[in-house]
Amino acid sequence: MLEKHTLIITVLNSSGVLARISGLLSQRGYNIESVIGAPTENPNIYKISLVVSGTEEHIEQITKQLNKLIDTIRVTDISHKDNYIVREYIILKLEVKEKNRSDFFNLARVFKANLIDVAMDHVILELAGSPRKIDRFIEMVHSYGIQEYIRSGEFAMAEYQTPKKGDNKNGD
Amino acid sequence: MKGAEILIDALKREGVDTIFGYPGGAVIPIFDALYSTKGIRFLLTRHEQGATHAADGYARSTGKVGVCMVTSGPGATNTITGIATAKMDSSPIVVISGQVPTSNIGTDAFQETDMVGLTRPICKHNYLVKDVAGLPGVIKEAFYIARSGRPGPVSIDIPSDVVNSKVKEYVYPDNILLPGYKPVVKGNAGQIKKLAAAISQSKKPLLYIGGGIIASGATPELLDFLEKTQIPVVATLMGLGAVPFDHPNFLGMLGMHGLVAANKAVTECDLLIAIGARFDDRVTGPRDTFASNATIAHIDIDPAEIGKNVKTQIPVVGDAKNVLKSLLEKVKSRERSFWNERTDYWKAKYPLRFAESDEDAISPQYVLEEINKVIDPNAILVTDVGQNQMWAALHCHHRQPRKFLTSGGLGTMGFGLPAAMGAAIANPGIQVVCIVGDGGIQMNIQELATCSINRIPVKIVVLNNAYLGMVRQWQELFWKKRYSRVCLMQGPDCPEECQGPRDDCPKIYIPDLVKVAEANGMRGFRANTQAEVPNTLRKGLAEEGPVLMEFSIKREENVFPMVSAGKPLTDIIIGEK
Repeated sequence: MLEKHTLIITVLNSSGVLARISGLLSQRGYNIESVIGAPTENPNIYKISLVVSGTEEHIEQITKQLNKLIDTIRVTDISHKDNYIVREYIILKLEVKEKNRSDFFNLARVFKANLIDVAMDHVILELAGSPRKIDRFIEMVHSYGIQEYIRSGEFAMAEYQTPKKGDNKNGD
Repeated sequence: MKGAEILIDALKREGVDTIFGYPGGAVIPIFDALYSTKGIRFLLTRHEQGATHAADGYARSTGKVGVCMVTSGPGATNTITGIATAKMDSSPIVVISGQVPTSNIGTDAFQETDMVGLTRPICKHNYLVKDVAGLPGVIKEAFYIARSGRPGPVSIDIPSDVVNSKVKEYVYPDNILLPGYKPVVKGNAGQIKKLAAAISQSKKPLLYIGGGIIASGATPELLDFLEKTQIPVVATLMGLGAVPFDHPNFLGMLGMHGLVAANKAVTECDLLIAIGARFDDRVTGPRDTFASNATIAHIDIDPAEIGKNVKTQIPVVGDAKNVLKSLLEKVKSRERSFWNERTDYWKAKYPLRFAESDEDAISPQYVLEEINKVIDPNAILVTDVGQNQMWAALHCHHRQPRKFLTSGGLGTMGFGLPAAMGAAIANPGIQVVCIVGDGGIQMNIQELATCSINRIPVKIVVLNNAYLGMVRQWQELFWKKRYSRVCLMQGPDCPEECQGPRDDCPKIYIPDLVKVAEANGMRGFRANTQAEVPNTLRKGLAEEGPVLMEFSIKREENVFPMVSAGKPLTDIIIGEK
């Protein structure tokens, strides 16, 4: 069964590391749904959040191949773990008709979306939250007329550490 | 100290005694540093692909890291096939390429190519050295990565300004800090116990060994293990030589061109223990039919190989030598059983066979069996790819590890001659015999000059059928004999839709390989009939320097046994007569 998995990849901050990761996935025939990477509190360490679809076997193989990269320190599949805070960020541009605006602003307030710009023909706002919340928001505002949006892709952090089963480097 | 001098010093510290390569604009500073360097032999090949395969042959025959040095742009791109070949067969080489100055990178400068981008999917790791301060560390890491864990090729791209710039102080690092690279050598004790228990319970256990045994030097442990357990053993192409060919438990190579006994044993076993092998499709056929009655145990240093192609019940991540040692302590002795009788019976019932020649042309298998009689028992045998390779795998006597070098995973035609050259340089005094087809010899034929000028005594055996034989065999067996562009004699006077040799075929093979050998400064011999084979071999092998022996073999001889592509191993064609 195909299932969406979010992998957190801890890598050395070396040149071309993102190309290594994306190249590896395309080379082995997997499609990346989203990828986001940035430096961490340690300037030598980068964290990359990768969302990819596949069967259990595919994900296991991807994880092992990613681990094999010399620059990879750790790969964690957080998909079935509840100790992770997963967040996403979105900027949306909507064409909200004037007569609908107060309804719309109420909705935005419920979601704690942040208004960036209001113009005659559009409204721009931003929202951060769980991927589920983002999905729900998009669903709710759909009828107002979405002109454009951009999502960051998922990123995550462990709230507390669990025993290391399944996220060791060697996979055995 | 200049970057170029640092590089040479670092190579010396890594124990490099030979570099295979070709100079060019971007590496002139490095070659200048090499000019008066003592203690490193530089072998100037005639093509960068030849240099890369030669470094690979050096590495495969010794276990040491082979080194290749080329210029930027075309020099670098010419190494690609060699790097991919080394990657597929886990051979440790370091390829150093020049690059345009850092300030020119990205400007499509003269002879600029993105070597890091090109090699990323085909090497174990690669580097672009951006400043001279980082150079020593990169060299240290590159050699360590190439030879440790599952060995493989590492590419180092060095811009010309980096080798030209100077540092005041140069220290070669003692330690390596690679937090993301820690190959597991020792197997998990629990898993080894589990495997030992599975062996005790198994009635029909089988060992399936690959190149990992050779890479880890595990032959002594393997032989002890066989002695204690009496388990029958089959080998992949890359595993040939890991057990002596005449070992009583050895059933031969398995897979598409495997021996019947080996393939039958895989199909019938109830426990398959893979060691340093990767369930390649040429070995398994359709995966769901492979060893479908068996519990699969897989010992490999590369965790990503375990479970990649087949489901594994007992995975053991670790080095073959180390794991076999631990397993040997845990495993109970096993007497020879009905299972051994059964595999022995298959071995006796289905020996390798081939039709003796009844015409003028020579049976290629006969040539190889004659080679067995006259070759030095210590000799290194190097093959090219295709029919010559499979015949050599099946018919030659493989006695020791690192004595049979062949391009397995990538199947690179043109590998044979330069790899043999590298092996001969790495092993002075040891006979090196290169088995090659008429197609493959022409793919890197320029290296004949390298052999000759440098007195590299490679004994080249060309099995000439004037066909790209393996493709022709497939066309004969599975494509209704539609011999499409496989005849190396086909010219404008030939029928376009030729279906095999005819009376009006061209009489002369071009090029005349004996003359090519002679033109390159080496002796050449030709045998046209079976009767001439022994004498030709004797004469050729007696030559002091390099020599080419050409054998005009039966044009449409096939490699058997053979399992058709996409068919299970039980579906084996045993061969003619």
